Amino acid sequence: MSAAALLFRRELALSWGGGGGPLVAVGFLATLTTLIPLAAGADPTRLAPLAAAVAWVALALASLLSLERLFERDHEDGALDLLALGPLPLEAVCALKALAHWVGTGLPLALAAPVAALALGLAPSLAPLALVAGLLGGLGFSFIGALGAALALGARRGGLLIAAVVLPLFIPPVIFGGGALARAADGQSPLQALALLAAYALFAAAVSPLAAAAAVRNAQS
Amino acid sequence: MLSVTGLSLSRGERVLFRDLSLALDAGQAVALTGANGAGKTSLLRAIAGFLRPDAGTIAVDGQPPAEARDRLHFLGHQDGLKGQRLTGNELDFQARWLGADAAGTAHAIQTLGLDPLLDLETRKLSAGQRRRLALARLIAAPRPLWLMDEPFAPLDAGWREALGRLMAEHLVGGGAILAAVHDPLPIPAAALDLGGLS
Amino acid sequence: MFGLANPDRFMRVTRPLVPLAWGAAAILLAVGVWLSFSAPEDYQQGSTVRIMFIHVPAATLGLGAYLALGVSSFFALVFRHALADAAARAAALPGAMFTSLALITGALWGQPMWGTWWVWDARLTSVLVLFLFYLGYMALRASIDDEQKAARAAAVLGLVGLVNLPIVKFSVDWWNTLHQPASLIRSGGTSVDPAFLPALLTMMAAYGALFLAVWVTAIRTEVTRRRVLTLRQRRAAMA
Repeated sequence: MSAAALLFRRELALSWGGGGGPLVAVGFLATLTTLIPLAAGADPTRLAPLAAAVAWVALALASLLSLERLFERDHEDGALDLLALGPLPLEAVCALKALAHWVGTGLPLALAAPVAALALGLAPSLAPLALVAGLLGGLGFSFIGALGAALALGARRGGLLIAAVVLPLFIPPVIFGGGALARAADGQSPLQALALLAAYALFAAAVSPLAAAAAVRNAQS
Repeated sequence: MLSVTGLSLSRGERVLFRDLSLALDAGQAVALTGANGAGKTSLLRAIAGFLRPDAGTIAVDGQPPAEARDRLHFLGHQDGLKGQRLTGNELDFQARWLGADAAGTAHAIQTLGLDPLLDLETRKLSAGQRRRLALARLIAAPRPLWLMDEPFAPLDAGWREALGRLMAEHLVGGGAILAAVHDPLPIPAAALDLGGLS
Repeated sequence: MFGLANPDRFMRVTRPLVPLAWGAAAILLAVGVWLSFSAPEDYQQGSTVRIMFIHVPAATLGLGAYLALGVSSFFALVFRHALADAAARAAALPGAMFTSLALITGALWGQPMWGTWWVWDARLTSVLVLFLFYLGYMALRASIDDEQKAARAAAVLGLVGLVNLPIVKFSVDWWNTLHQPASLIRSGGTSVDPAFLPALLTMMAAYGALFLAVWVTAIRTEVTRRRVLTLRQRRAAMA
């Protein structure tokens, strides 16, 4: 088994082991979705137009949840030193960690988001699109989030800080994903928006490992 | 194997030491002593490539630390173990990540007596057992330069002796060791004292 | 530029610059305010058009300060220069101030013009996002105790933000074409009546001089603060 696969499997096992981070994130998404009708009223004519948008924002917020531990636990127990002495450069380690976060947490969230949107009154024909947008957007969220998690290493109130640092960077994917769903709901083609969303995810996947590795080295020194 | 010349290190605004030089050949060990805060750990971390020196050069086999990370082991205070994972899984990951094959891992398990611990979660281990687990990667994945920070601290007398034998074997096999210690090393070693307030 | 990278030379060169910049800012601001109030009233907006003279330069300088922050972050990261870090750090607060001034005056302008304090128009939203970037940057700096580590982490974020700002701008513009706001905003509102130009340009120059004055003063203060810190630590080490 290659070193990359070895690290990827470890990260997946860590995200599911001990506390089940993805379950917490999905639970958070479900709770947030429950709060919306309770706050806005159960009238379907008011909820349905917001269904996709609310589910999409809930997905973005939920993917923040498990980020705090992404680098922090390896920093606390010294495993980061071990990872830095392995066969892969730190940039690749950061990329694999973000990718594992996407598979471990982003995937369950992308599956849960359409369900949440349906519960709020989304037209069932839009559910597949919500899933695709969730997958693509989740990739961007995981990579940008990994950068935030690396930057917050060694900070007080790390979790809160990650949100403050990362949420402004979440704006383009939130716009493109929300735009895809809104256009589809209007009967227009969501392809342009999806393409922009995919482009942003790729941009994040290219840039974030470099910046995250610099942040990790800084925290290690 | 290791050559440090004119090294200056500081933490924040505080200068730890200036113009430190050190050479270590295959088969040699150096015991690094000094008061707490004198910079023992920082020196080890700089050689491992984690800290950037203010001045001076570090070369492992003639290369800067960043290029030589596959030729050294760093054993710090922390063991890098995840509490909820099984000892066997952690050992397997650490050893293979650092380049060990199955035979090497099996050898390390036998040498360090880890067999009865493999199916326990690492949080159930004692401090000494955790240290043995951390040491296993040094045995499983052969790398010439060992950088060790207080390697004996949590071990009991029997395992201290055993670690001394393992270190001697490593030197005989052409390795080199730089270890930060409070007590003298149980193997023939040169000494480097960083001084500092005691 | 690199000649200034030496803190001693920077302190020497900028010493006469500081009163000059403050003086220029004060004079330009006085002239600008006078021009603002002597400019004719807009045939549609009446006297409220004068808010533009405060609002537009604030938004420009808010963005300009982020540019200064991002470029300084780049130099701090690549050349590991303490002065570049001081420059990035010193740009954050004035930048955030200009940006919030733009937001507040925007709201004050929006109320008489559009009948509402806030509309989700592309330009307003972009400025709001810029403000969020500043908040994130300052939060990161404030949360890491080790100053050197805080500096490098902030530099990484500042640089990433610099790369991200055009993308955010693009996405917000794209979003705006999707959700055309039902407001009274005239499209193509950038064409400014020539009668307003002298006041607008003077205020722009005044804000520029003001930012320069604040920025350089803050960098000098930061350099001095670090020197004092070093001296104190040296004294403590000898005690």
